[in-house]
Amino acid sequence: MRAVDARVRALESILVEKGYVDPAALDEIIETYQHRVGPRNGAHVVARAWTDPAYAERLAADATAAVAELGYGGRGGEHLAAVFNSAREHHLVVCTLCSCYPWPVLGLPPVWYKSPAYRSRAVLEPRAVLAEFGTVLDDDVAVRVHDSTSELRYLVVPQRPAGTDDWPADALAAIVSRDSMIGTRLVSV
Amino acid sequence: MFDEPWQASAFALAVALQDRGVLDRRDFAVALGGELESGHDYWDAWLAALEQLLAEHGLTNPGSLDERTAAWRRAAAATPHGSPVTLDADPQRLRHP
Repeated sequence: MRAVDARVRALESILVEKGYVDPAALDEIIETYQHRVGPRNGAHVVARAWTDPAYAERLAADATAAVAELGYGGRGGEHLAAVFNSAREHHLVVCTLCSCYPWPVLGLPPVWYKSPAYRSRAVLEPRAVLAEFGTVLDDDVAVRVHDSTSELRYLVVPQRPAGTDDWPADALAAIVSRDSMIGTRLVSV
Repeated sequence: MFDEPWQASAFALAVALQDRGVLDRRDFAVALGGELESGHDYWDAWLAALEQLLAEHGLTNPGSLDERTAAWRRAAAATPHGSPVTLDADPQRLRHP
């Protein structure tokens, strides 16, 4: 057994013995984030906002409550903010400190979101970072960078692509990618 | 999202301790940020932040953690490959019940 495996087992066994954690709770947490919670939840929220203007207003006013309407919430989603892309503004989310991320709607963050390069460059040179994701914006589109924290975590509502006016919400949800809700990509048909 | 099982375990431990209010969410984010700043890989930083806060709160101490880590390694070495490892397999366990 490698040192790190033994170290984590040691921590776990000590904390369980002292009654600070329950082994069943640990299993539930891993199962939840490996299999149950992920960006499909966020895509559901975005598609609803695209098809229901009253919902979009509620999402803009109080994202935590609007997300809870669809049954999502809890850890890492106690205080959410939704920011809406438009023809004039593009939003990009980063956690400069560590890896704060809106778990109930996006699951756990991808590796690049946690990397030192993304965490520093998203603020310093967001357009260069976006270009590396293949996202090139017109010069007259302002880029707004939001720093997620343990207290407030952001969800980007991307722009609805043209030509999808008659699409039902579930078909729309299927084209909303995780990265588009972090702001590194756009949604296209 | 997890490359190795220990990462999932370390993740779950920190989340469970925050769920129970044993650790504070913001304290954990700050500790994790500090460990990342020192250049650790992400999950190494996560584990270091967890150990640091537990030690600061007096919930674990480095000596007993080192000893327990050694016990797990002895137990693993004494367990046939493919069988689940438990602390009961540590050959020194009887002398340190």
